[in-house]
Amino acid sequence: MITVKINGKVTNIGQDVRTVWDVIQKEGLTPDEVVVEYNLQVLPRDSWGITNLKEGDSLEILSFVGGG
Amino acid sequence: MEDVLTIGGKEIKSRLFIGTGKFSSLDLMRRAISAAGAEVATVAMRRIDLKNRGPNILSGIPEGCTVMINTSGARNAEEAIRIARLARAGGLGNWVKIEITADPKYLMPDNLETLKATETLTKEGFFCFPYVNPDLVFGRHLLEAGAAAVMPLGAPIGSNRGLKTKELVRIMVEELPIPIIVDAGLGRPSHACECLEMGCAAVLVNTAIAIAEDPVAMAKAFSLAVAAGRMAYKTGITEAVSYARASSPLTGFLGSPGDGS
Repeated sequence: MITVKINGKVTNIGQDVRTVWDVIQKEGLTPDEVVVEYNLQVLPRDSWGITNLKEGDSLEILSFVGGG
Repeated sequence: MEDVLTIGGKEIKSRLFIGTGKFSSLDLMRRAISAAGAEVATVAMRRIDLKNRGPNILSGIPEGCTVMINTSGARNAEEAIRIARLARAGGLGNWVKIEITADPKYLMPDNLETLKATETLTKEGFFCFPYVNPDLVFGRHLLEAGAAAVMPLGAPIGSNRGLKTKELVRIMVEELPIPIIVDAGLGRPSHACECLEMGCAAVLVNTAIAIAEDPVAMAKAFSLAVAAGRMAYKTGITEAVSYARASSPLTGFLGSPGDGS
């Protein structure tokens, strides 16, 4: 079982989750509404499906919120 | 000639920028921004809450508005830079309000880290709008770093206290050849008017509009105040004097020595 950090929380990803795209799908997120940082680097949407998660990876999934 | 603010590669007519925090609904926010005729709105970025997802803030911003990412939440230059890059990847343009606060009580900006972020992000093609403590010499450093504007605070964020930093902001307006946009602390339309009257290029208001009883009416009130202040500045405000100057002629009144006829 692979563990990765998602938004700071150590998470066991399931057997069926291999790529960043799989994480987005599994969480039911709308791709257009989120932005992903993978190991401190911006991960463009077209790379989500080809980025395989490895043990110890760090993912930040963010969205826009109200702010001044 | 139309009075436009040329900034960040755009021409802006409304000198009221609106922040999108704290509105009770997206619909109310959209109507407030529209009522003010605002053309620039700021948004922030946060980790998504996988259990409790909010609505998409961008859907509450009228079409045609320039959306500027605010790096609020960043505690140093590195975090602000990450947020700006993420926002751009997320589809926003290249305007960034660099807000770096390390003080939890007053949310005072960290000028030094803000300068570092301004240098880096400018090189990456961003138009940087650094939120800072007002200081002329520091403003010159930001100018040198390529800032598109400087955003000095009027009072602590969300405090509604008005332009407490007036004298320092005035010096920046006088000496710096880039737009000065007062950001934070403006609580009333008269505060915003005061900024424009003294030559600030624009103001950014959030809390005072968002938490007003009627945000739509308050947004409109701010926009009128901003327009009035700008018009007064352009027209030239007359100097204050310490003695009286009658507004009507003092001669020819009943009982005054006349011309004998």
